[in-house]
Amino acid sequence: MSVLAIEAAGPGVTLQDGGRKGYLRFGITAAGPMDPLMFATANRAVGNPLDATAIEVSTGGLTVTAPEGPLGLALVSGGFRATLDGEALPPACALTLEPGQTLTVRAGPTGAWGYLAVAGRLDVAPVLGATATHTRSGLGGLDGRGLRAGDRLGVSEARVGDGAPQRLLAPWLDRDPSRIRVVLGPQDDYFSGDQVAAFLAGPWTVSPRGDRMACFLEGTPLTHAKGHDIVSDGVAMGAIQVPGNGLPIILMADRQSTGGYPKIATVIGPDLGRLAQAQGGTRIAFANVSVAEAVAARRAEAEALRGEVPREPMLRTDFPAEFLLGLNLVGGVTDGRDGIAKVA
Amino acid sequence: MSAAPRILDAGEAALVVEFGTRVDPAISDRVLALDDALLAERPEGIAETVPTYRSLMIHYDPLILDRDTLAGRVLALAGGASQRDTAPTRWILPCCYEAPHGEDLAAVATQIGRTPEQVAALHAGATFRVYMYGFAPGFAYCGGLPEALAVPRRPSPRPPHPTNAVMIGGGLAAVATVPMPTGWYVLGATPSRLYAPEREESFFVSPGDSIRFEPIDAATFARLAEREAAGERVARREEGVS
Repeated sequence: MSVLAIEAAGPGVTLQDGGRKGYLRFGITAAGPMDPLMFATANRAVGNPLDATAIEVSTGGLTVTAPEGPLGLALVSGGFRATLDGEALPPACALTLEPGQTLTVRAGPTGAWGYLAVAGRLDVAPVLGATATHTRSGLGGLDGRGLRAGDRLGVSEARVGDGAPQRLLAPWLDRDPSRIRVVLGPQDDYFSGDQVAAFLAGPWTVSPRGDRMACFLEGTPLTHAKGHDIVSDGVAMGAIQVPGNGLPIILMADRQSTGGYPKIATVIGPDLGRLAQAQGGTRIAFANVSVAEAVAARRAEAEALRGEVPREPMLRTDFPAEFLLGLNLVGGVTDGRDGIAKVA
Repeated sequence: MSAAPRILDAGEAALVVEFGTRVDPAISDRVLALDDALLAERPEGIAETVPTYRSLMIHYDPLILDRDTLAGRVLALAGGASQRDTAPTRWILPCCYEAPHGEDLAAVATQIGRTPEQVAALHAGATFRVYMYGFAPGFAYCGGLPEALAVPRRPSPRPPHPTNAVMIGGGLAAVATVPMPTGWYVLGATPSRLYAPEREESFFVSPGDSIRFEPIDAATFARLAEREAAGERVARREEGVS
């Protein structure tokens, strides 16, 4: 059997699949990818089912090898810096990792999450029907924890790609993080009209303290018209709750299944990923859309994922000189497994 | 005939069917009756449903099931059923209020001017209704707490509670499976595991079921916890009571 060996992994690198389904009623969160569209794109690029298990790479970075035999891989990220044996790769690429080669992925100028999909099947035992890792409850993935150096992931039915690395062209991932579409509610009636308007207009700044559970926003606090306590009810991914301090919290993949703060609006499914990719300090505003508009956006997304992910050969001239130079300059600080191991 | 529920959008892939805004057994019954009806009918496109105190959240795939079609079906079903067809199961869970399990028993006793034994007796004498799960895997929110035990939640969280803690706070009761910091008070612990991911039936208590706690001593707790760990389910169904 082929093996994907984890040589180094920063905090927050986990195995995810399409998410745990059917257990929300028992308090089990779905987990699953923070950026569902990018995750699905990575799986599509290697010919896997769209919800197959893949590695979600955090800004903590990841280094992998293929000690037992070549592996076909797709790496899809917003702006992460990836290298194959030190040679720069595009942030979205398909490649074959040969024994002896090392693939390294590190945080870059943009993006908060990337996805590494393996052509074939990562052999991870599902728990409650899914492999998605929910570290807070120690569920799924490898023993409910993030990946770390020394982990070896078996790969069944491994397939290899053809030759040199190729750039993946997925224009649907060019998303503007500054404008996030929402459907108002379910508790927008806990806020006066001018507060709903203030919420939409923002601007809000994404706090750096966000994680897989929630995205915290900073800005002018909102005020509640009917108090900030409600009797707990269900929480969808993307629900924007406004607690007593008036600063919105957007509940993400590892959210709790129920909550007791009014939810002024809900981020539409197609915009969850662009929000998840916003690094701390990003300024955002919201746009109120109808359910019908949100469904149309969802349909367009499904359409984009229907076909193959286009690819083109990678040329050295793809990379501007400053970019290559930048890699060399930071190489001594963050390159290699030692730099990543320190934060693991 | 009860009033029609409010249908609220939680994005384009979930509806909240709201029957009220309070913790109330009659509201919960309507939530669960609708949940039963939807589970029986299983319209294509419904991903899953989440009953809560006062509303049912329906996650659906809007590319398969149109929002207004779903809302119409929900209103029709909600109008037809306000009572559940099936009687909820009544469970008896062993509970040890003794040290080291009843960590906060004395604190609650002091707050309400009773002895720790009286607090335990009040809790063990009550029948609780499981309204919903939430917060953490297998965290069961229960109503039915005697008025005398209705202490507010802690102003700040206490250190993580032990596994399978039996807790009260804010007028409610809970069984908490996974250790976490909490604003509730730990009155005891049950050897019964409401959540066991490796067990074929990972969860056996459903929202709407009732729970009574049967006091056991620390030695019995240890014995039952061993049996539970070996795969047995030490919780019992209460028979012959309606």
